[in-house]
Amino acid sequence: MDLTYTPEEEEFRARLREWLRGVLPSLPPKPSPDDWPGRRAYDLGWQRMLYDAGYGEVHWGASPTVRLIFLEETERAGAPYVGANFVGLLHAGPTIAAEGTQAQRVRWLAPILRGEQVWCQGFSEPDAGSDLAALRTRAWRDGDDYVVSGSKIWTSHAEVADWCELLVRTDPEAPKHRGISWLAMPMDAPGITVRPLRTLAGSAEFAEVFLDEVRVPVANRVGDENDGWRVTMVTLSFERGTAFVGEVVACRRVLVELACQARENGRWDDPVLRRRLGRLNAEFRALWRLTQWNVSEAEASGGVPGVGGSVFKLRYSHARQDLYDTAADVLGAESLDLDRPWVLDRLSSLSYTIAAGTSQIQHSIVAERILGLPRGR
Amino acid sequence: MRFQLTEDQRALRAATRQLLARHFNGEALRAAVEAPATLDRALWRELGAAGFFALRLPEAEGGVGLGLPEAVLAFEEAGRALLPGPLVATHLAAGEVPGAADGSVVVAAVDGGGPAEWLTQADVVRGDASGAVPLRSVDPLTPLHRVPGAQGATDPVAALLTAAEQLGTAVRVCELAAQHARTREQFGRPIGAFQAVQQLCARTLVRVEVARAAVYAAAVTADPVDIAAARLLADEAAVRGARDCLQVHGGMGFTWEAEVHLHLKRAWVRTHRAGENTESEEMLACDLVAGEA
Repeated sequence: MDLTYTPEEEEFRARLREWLRGVLPSLPPKPSPDDWPGRRAYDLGWQRMLYDAGYGEVHWGASPTVRLIFLEETERAGAPYVGANFVGLLHAGPTIAAEGTQAQRVRWLAPILRGEQVWCQGFSEPDAGSDLAALRTRAWRDGDDYVVSGSKIWTSHAEVADWCELLVRTDPEAPKHRGISWLAMPMDAPGITVRPLRTLAGSAEFAEVFLDEVRVPVANRVGDENDGWRVTMVTLSFERGTAFVGEVVACRRVLVELACQARENGRWDDPVLRRRLGRLNAEFRALWRLTQWNVSEAEASGGVPGVGGSVFKLRYSHARQDLYDTAADVLGAESLDLDRPWVLDRLSSLSYTIAAGTSQIQHSIVAERILGLPRGR
Repeated sequence: MRFQLTEDQRALRAATRQLLARHFNGEALRAAVEAPATLDRALWRELGAAGFFALRLPEAEGGVGLGLPEAVLAFEEAGRALLPGPLVATHLAAGEVPGAADGSVVVAAVDGGGPAEWLTQADVVRGDASGAVPLRSVDPLTPLHRVPGAQGATDPVAALLTAAEQLGTAVRVCELAAQHARTREQFGRPIGAFQAVQQLCARTLVRVEVARAAVYAAAVTADPVDIAAARLLADEAAVRGARDCLQVHGGMGFTWEAEVHLHLKRAWVRTHRAGENTESEEMLACDLVAGEA
């Protein structure tokens, strides 16, 4: 067991740190959360800067350890997060890289890396949330096109996306996991209606997408027809594997800020609160170590994260909620003021035990796939 | 960075598991419960001969010359097997107390301010045990004394090895819970098919993996704050895991015959060894503002 990095990795870290120190002061101010075109431009601009500096491909091309260092250092330096590039860089991109044809890779990967295209995710449906394979959006062949009708929900960045990674049912007769295909749908195609959804945090973070006989070329299908479920599992293993590295680093920073705030406002003298902060320190230290463990394991097994991601996600999503609940106790009644720091984060954290597979689903995955318990109901 | 077990570490863990399976199986465990407060001296010498106590002693001094990570793996296995005796105290005495390294001498210790374990059965007691009063120990396999003037200061290595034993307990109760959930049938199917039971088992496994990452990392860094974090998470994994395992066993879990109460009771004893939880929490809280003061 070794927690030291190789000279090459340390050199990468030093070079990245130096570069971040140079470019971050020149970044434009962050747009407000409701300014979607502004957010799109900001996030794509950041990706372009990364690309020009040679860091554009770090999410796919680099080793898991180098990626870990990248996420750690960018978060530490307060650099922008992937934002609107999340689906392109962390879902669709890796999926196309792993499962797409050479022509598809050429067509889509470079624009994602250069910060030219925003992708969104058309997986969830109103009647198929955690039971993802129960999706009903239909696609039938008409010449060289699929004709797609149905609706998707919880689609982040749909309003400003150029492409959508879309799961459709291409064989309604097949068992529910078998008749699904994975399509890249251009968001400017006729028949697409996007309706923003307001979250409990007050922001329009995601949208409903309605599809009325939208034509998608068959050439846009990634993987075989009716093999979309397997393709999707590749994507989801990325989502649950290392997608939260930067956030763990961020949570550790928030924890230090909270402790300092508690010292300023006197709450630090309360031993119960102090010990809760101590326990959260243990929690996030351990989550960081678990991240390093999972990354080392992924490196040993050739890059694709295993079900260990479910273990991590379960613990992390609850720890994050604990963190911001503790923040509310540090703030006292000021936690009712939306303009105070951490209050919006507290609201956002409520989604963590629901998004990307609810905690209940993750428990079943851990119980059945790791502990070998019989399939539940 | 390669934060995974090396081949040698895997081999050491497997060998320790085999050794313990040979000398301290379920039957031996039952015998130990029937004869409380007696230490199996033959087993102690076997452990000594296998290098359990001399693991970190330099080879020049007759030891095995390995480090904290290897010691942690050995103690994890000891915890998993529910091995009784002052294992940590004797291990820490190797090289300092003659006979400790080879297991011919049993060493107990008074430290950390908690109840002292195995005082009257040991050949050597380190620390001031004057005025010690025996307790009726909750754990049938760990005789305890209350020691009036015992000091709170403790050796971080003792805390880390205790965390490793707790991790082993957590691993074992997770195995027991899953095993029972796979085989015990109710309402015409294995209880592990019920989501409520799946959730208990899954939570136990998650606590194991989080504690494992923390304990192994602390063994690599030997940093006192890392050790404090490992201690908290391993205590939680062992105690909560044993309770959830008991719950999965249903009525059987509440009986003396089921193994699980022995794990829970030992886990409770260890939470009071080498410093209390509140001390770890205070240390970790102070760490957050350390750079600022």
